[in-house]
Amino acid sequence: MRMMAAKIKSNKVLRSNLITFGMVIGVYIIVQILVAAGAVSSLVRGLLVPLCTYAILAVSLNLTVGILGELSLGHAGFMCIGAFSSAFFSKCMQDVIPIAGIRFTIAILIGALTAGVFGLLIGIPVLRLKGDYLAIVTLAFGEIAKNIINMLYVGIDESGIHFSTRNSLELNLSGNGVVIIQGAQGITGTPNDSSFTVGILLLLITLVVILNLIHSRDGRAIMAIRDNTIAAESVGINITKYKLMAFSISASFAGVAGVLYAHNLSSLSATSKNFGYNMSIMILVFVVLGGIGNIRGSIIAAVVLTLLPELLRGLNDYRMLIYAVVLIAMMLFNWAPSCIRWREKIVYKLKSGKKHTKGAE
Amino acid sequence: MKKFKKFACVAMASAMVFAMAGCGSDGSGNGSGSADATSFKIGGTGPLTGGAAAYGQAVQNAAQLAVDEINANGGVNGYTLELNYQDDEHNAEKAVNAYNTLKDWGVQIVLGSVTSAPCIAVGDKTKDDNIFQLTPSGTAVDCTKFDNAFRVCFSDPAQGTVSAQYIGENNLATKVAIIYDSSDPYSSGIYENFAKEAENYSFEIVSAEAFTEDSKTDFSVQLQKTKDSGADMVFLPIYYSEAALILTQANGMGFSTTFFGVDGMDGILSGVDNFDASLAEGVMFLTPFASTSTETNIVNFVSAYEEKFGETPNQFAADAYDGVYIIKELIEKSGVKPTDDVSTICNGFKEAISNGYSFDGLTGKGITWSADGEPNKAPSVVIIKDGVYQQL
Repeated sequence: MRMMAAKIKSNKVLRSNLITFGMVIGVYIIVQILVAAGAVSSLVRGLLVPLCTYAILAVSLNLTVGILGELSLGHAGFMCIGAFSSAFFSKCMQDVIPIAGIRFTIAILIGALTAGVFGLLIGIPVLRLKGDYLAIVTLAFGEIAKNIINMLYVGIDESGIHFSTRNSLELNLSGNGVVIIQGAQGITGTPNDSSFTVGILLLLITLVVILNLIHSRDGRAIMAIRDNTIAAESVGINITKYKLMAFSISASFAGVAGVLYAHNLSSLSATSKNFGYNMSIMILVFVVLGGIGNIRGSIIAAVVLTLLPELLRGLNDYRMLIYAVVLIAMMLFNWAPSCIRWREKIVYKLKSGKKHTKGAE
Repeated sequence: MKKFKKFACVAMASAMVFAMAGCGSDGSGNGSGSADATSFKIGGTGPLTGGAAAYGQAVQNAAQLAVDEINANGGVNGYTLELNYQDDEHNAEKAVNAYNTLKDWGVQIVLGSVTSAPCIAVGDKTKDDNIFQLTPSGTAVDCTKFDNAFRVCFSDPAQGTVSAQYIGENNLATKVAIIYDSSDPYSSGIYENFAKEAENYSFEIVSAEAFTEDSKTDFSVQLQKTKDSGADMVFLPIYYSEAALILTQANGMGFSTTFFGVDGMDGILSGVDNFDASLAEGVMFLTPFASTSTETNIVNFVSAYEEKFGETPNQFAADAYDGVYIIKELIEKSGVKPTDDVSTICNGFKEAISNGYSFDGLTGKGITWSADGEPNKAPSVVIIKDGVYQQL
């Protein structure tokens, strides 16, 4: 035990990771106790799953933006792919697999896999290039994904799955066939399988995978590419391979977040609000505010920025105005050089103050 | 620096926990009736900000108007009504948050949601809590999927079907072209049901051109194809802002034909800036409510609304105003009290609404409801003549 404690103390990375895990598990336990005691409002209870969703999104995007050093503006697109593929599966299999646990596990895998494959497909041509091409292509990808799903009609009957891009009549379904994806109306009636516990589990899995990746040999290679591509190439690192690895893992966790999102609401439609450009920027804001490359910061930023507009509901019409002002203030407080200097000064004063009192004793 | 970060983490975490706990304290009354027990708490969600804000605000304003009127006239069975509208930004996820906020407030009857996708998401939750839900304007079929949900407006299929029937039975056209918004559930829902019903009539659908939310400013391609198809009528199951552009651009390319719209067309005469209203001459559309009607109750509503909010009420406002009065009459008919729990109120309302209840309001006379939540009312079609709506 003492050896472990010593190891934790000496190993900075391990300590930092443990703090991150401890924070998530601690919040989970506190919330569960509060829920059991009936001290949590319906609003916050309803927000628990979205909080996990956005935390996963922020952590996964941080892998691309912070660790790989590439800008992605289409993270909501991967979330959209994960959401629709898994909701489609769950809706089809609702009667075939009645046990929610098994069905949801498969749905999560499907969501992660589909989003990961799309990440790979986009990454293969784009990540070979130098410059901001990934930002441009992912931006387009997000919009294309949203628009394609909006025009897609998919139905199912005894003879199999039918597709159409015009309307549900052209699916030619038999009498007992059902339309599953109905164009812009999306998927309705997805089983409500998401729960806070599942959300926290998925967040922990995301953290384990991404934190381990960052601190592994592969992760060091990825960061070497970020810091100096030419130097990394000269020591024999396969640039495209490592870039693709980071990007597709990031995409597949966005897919997982999408699965969680889709199974939390009974109506899923691809609008610009939930899967469009605005959402991608929102996730990027979580990452930037939490600190590029700082995983724990992303989680905190995602949670704070998702809770804030909801807790400000009491202000009615001024809600969005105050939200924007608070966002700007937080950005400045966290990242403006003069603010950082001011904070350091305060911390220094507090520290020296403490020493003084200790010395006097 | 390190210490500060740690301190910040702890501070933020504890702030969150306090925030949650703080919310909990005022949310405990939920489900067991309001504490003061002299008023019914009516809540709803709608887009009060963002692109669809016009609809949410219309519903909120008209509902507030109706509630104020009822309270000024002595309330219902001696109780007053209280209204709380929460912003859902036309987003299913935010709508659930807004609904949960209403639950913390102690909502007993839900008058919402205003738009379809949020309404479906909220409907799932009201079913779990067994709270009575009356949507003024959620047109998608699934909005009233559960037995606790009813609506004031026509559903999408009803509008599509009724439009096709009207055109077919009155022989208004032989070749019909459609321009619709494929990214909007409302528009594509109506289009589909129109196409389905059209098979039963002699007219033919010669083209169906779609546009999306991202490309709703230039309709020249769709209009050219429509023109080439030789259509003698164009069906526009879209909102008035896009319809106004289509009318202007059709006029610009010298394409004149008859246009037929649905209730989203209401507002075309006054709702669009810089729109030449003379282009809308001869446009026909299906609407349950025309603000220019001369019936006393409508005239009174329109003048009261204009006086209070400075604009002419649209169909959403009329639906919401009716919704509040429907709730009032259901309270009278079922005899529920504010102290009853939400389930009792819901069951009382459900029984009252489907047992021979009929409602006379702004959006129709003698409206009855079936157990599936759909209103039965006669559709009415208006034509724009000399700048005003005229009943056909």
